Amino acid sequence: MLKDITLGQYFPGNSFIHRLDPRTKLLFIIVYITALFVSKSYVTYGILLLVLAVSIAVSKIRLSAIFKGLKPLMFIMIFTAILNLFYTKGGTELFSFWVFTVTTKGVEFAFFMVLRIMMLISGTFLLTYTTTPMALTDGMELLLTPFKKLHVPVHEFSMMMSIALRFIPTLIEEADKITNAQKARGADFETGKLTDRAKALLPLLVPLFVSAFRRADELAIAMESRCYHGGEGRTRMKKLKMAAPDILTLVFSALMLAVIIILARFGI
Amino acid sequence: MPIIKTEALTHIYSMGSPFESVALENVNIEISQGEFVGLIGHTGSGKSTFVQHLNGLLLPTSGRVLLDGTDINSSKKFRHDARFKVGLVFQYPEYQLFEDTVYRDISFGPRNMKLPKPEIDERVHEAAGFVGVPETLFDKSPLELSGGQKRRVAIAGVIAMRPDILVLDEPTAGLDPEGCESILKNISDYRRTTGATVILVSHSMEDIAKIADRLIVFDGGRTVMDACPEKVFSQADKLRSIGLDVPVATDIAARLRELGVSVPECCYTVEQLRNAVLSLKKGAAEC
Amino acid sequence: MKPIIQVKDVHFRYSGEEHLPPVLNGASLEIEEGSFVVILGHNGSGKSTLAKHLNGILIPNEGCVLVDGMDTRDASKLLDIRRTVGMVFQNPDNQMVASVVEDDVAFAPENLGIPPKEIRSRVDEALKLVDMYEYRLHAPHLLSGGQKQRVAIAGVIAMRPRCIVLDEPTAMLDPAGRQEVIGTIKRLCRENGITIVLITHHMNEAVDADKVFVMSNGRVISQGTPKEVFSNVEFLKSEGLTVPDTAELLYKLRLSGIDLPAEALSIEECAQAIAAALK
Repeated sequence: MLKDITLGQYFPGNSFIHRLDPRTKLLFIIVYITALFVSKSYVTYGILLLVLAVSIAVSKIRLSAIFKGLKPLMFIMIFTAILNLFYTKGGTELFSFWVFTVTTKGVEFAFFMVLRIMMLISGTFLLTYTTTPMALTDGMELLLTPFKKLHVPVHEFSMMMSIALRFIPTLIEEADKITNAQKARGADFETGKLTDRAKALLPLLVPLFVSAFRRADELAIAMESRCYHGGEGRTRMKKLKMAAPDILTLVFSALMLAVIIILARFGI
Repeated sequence: MPIIKTEALTHIYSMGSPFESVALENVNIEISQGEFVGLIGHTGSGKSTFVQHLNGLLLPTSGRVLLDGTDINSSKKFRHDARFKVGLVFQYPEYQLFEDTVYRDISFGPRNMKLPKPEIDERVHEAAGFVGVPETLFDKSPLELSGGQKRRVAIAGVIAMRPDILVLDEPTAGLDPEGCESILKNISDYRRTTGATVILVSHSMEDIAKIADRLIVFDGGRTVMDACPEKVFSQADKLRSIGLDVPVATDIAARLRELGVSVPECCYTVEQLRNAVLSLKKGAAEC
Repeated sequence: MKPIIQVKDVHFRYSGEEHLPPVLNGASLEIEEGSFVVILGHNGSGKSTLAKHLNGILIPNEGCVLVDGMDTRDASKLLDIRRTVGMVFQNPDNQMVASVVEDDVAFAPENLGIPPKEIRSRVDEALKLVDMYEYRLHAPHLLSGGQKQRVAIAGVIAMRPRCIVLDEPTAMLDPAGRQEVIGTIKRLCRENGITIVLITHHMNEAVDADKVFVMSNGRVISQGTPKEVFSNVEFLKSEGLTVPDTAELLYKLRLSGIDLPAEALSIEECAQAIAAALK
């Protein structure tokens, strides 16, 4: 169950998308998300869906991996859909009962909302699937470098991110182990009222926290032993370099955003 | 009738995905009441997957696990009860301690069994006694204890359920020699006093050689040997070929035989080898 | 040879534990450059605390630790001390910072501000030395315990240290993993001249050491070659330690009146000695 979480997972590969600079990918995803929020019509959504589909195809990431990532978010999507379905006014009334009215506009809104969330998340997953966590956090750190002048702890932030990503699988494994150990003592995580179930989580959460603190402690000592002393004077083995494909991708992303904005301006 | 029996037990992880892997394949084992069984095998040999079937934590992909003659997965209730009949102590069990006092942590299992209060109290005291946790520690937080004490409290938490079968996965991992020895002694004493069946999973041949009556060797998800320690350790080459050690005493005995000293094949502990050498000195070789 | 590490009468107490006896209570030892040294002691003997003094993670309350002549109390020398003496800890999971093996090995040289090209060559060299080069693009959490620990060793080697201190590196490993790690560190010592300080309670790992120190109650109570130290069986037992099975057997036979040497530690020596005594 817990092992199904795909956040932070990296699928090794050597596609065009894998080879792009992480900064390019990060910028692209930001532009893409902006475009999604500007988008209002079938045409613009169609264009963005096409871009996503081509990117997934180029990356050679299997569609099933993307869907697997979407699964845990199903609840949010359904919730959003229902909210939009019932609370959007306007358009022709389709049917109504009690205080709820469903209109054509509502259906359209719900559809776009869900589509938007799905595309947004798929795009983000494509980014994490094709970029090593290290490259991702390095890219983030470099993109945010200007903020260092404002005393924003950019290096610390990216270090924290990369350590968090590194420890997600370890902690998931540990949570599974502790769950089994408590089940072996008769702990029941699956039945009972909501309050009972929340209480039943204590035997899992307490050891998990204790262990996370112990790990943090040991990791800090190990990092110090390996001469870690903050971002000052640090170098990188893998220097990020923008190459022709990166420039091309960025130019393309700017064009894409421009087209979407212009189309949206004309009400399409 | 065996107290626990597996029939053609097979377990495949992540069936149908690219990560599919066979962890157990057609494992048939019968264990009788009161036996002291050692399970050996290197990491990934299937021994840990195997023991998690014995109390229903893992479901067989195919095959059955019979506890007292009944398939433990035949009903939800039976599987639930199996958790208490087969007490499983995981590796590094101290990482599962969570209550604010030692007493409450040991009583977690019995409380889940919905036992009356006086009985819970009795069991906590008894279990703590078996593993040498003094009552003066009962009100302390488990977090304040030393590593060895935490381990004992965690084992007591399982013993307090009074399982018919006690399964321990690497109970001595990471302890110093004195700690190892005293935990093994506690386990032996527990078994002698209660007559419970004990299954010890370990990759320390020395530990297992000292206390188990029967050894089952796992390799690649199958059982490759199932015999008394003398028989298993006499096949040193086979053990080495699957990445396992043999006790040092076995190695010395083998070298001695090559040197023309006729110590018997059945020596696998330092104590036995000492006795064999002494009787050779006196003129009569026996084991 | 001159000592690379000198520990001089070190006393240490963790803050907040003033009511307890000190963890280190006059510990002293010297470690020669290029040697393979084992520190033994039961849990709570102070050996892990001592290890953390050897690269300035902990600073003595009294006494001093000199690493290649540098005093660990001198904060300006801290980085030089840590790149001279590398540390490997018990739990391999808790010393890896990156999600890809080679990125993790690069961590220390990156911290030292070494140019990217040189980091690359150091990382490749370190991974080859521990025989993990082909795993350089793997995720650490999918490796076996022995492999993880070898990556941790590579992460230290990439600093080009002259000494590596390993604090119970095999405690969480199975026999195969234990052999991988012990084999690797012995090779680093014998072939690459790196000083190895191995802290352990697996007596069998101490048999090949150049020198063994035994710790108890925060001080070194015995030192010498493995043969010298393990011949004193009663003394070690009184300290809650065992001796290798070979020494144990010879000891028991001696007690029963057979005339045997005390210092035959390998299986071969032990068997030869017994065979000779029975002739």
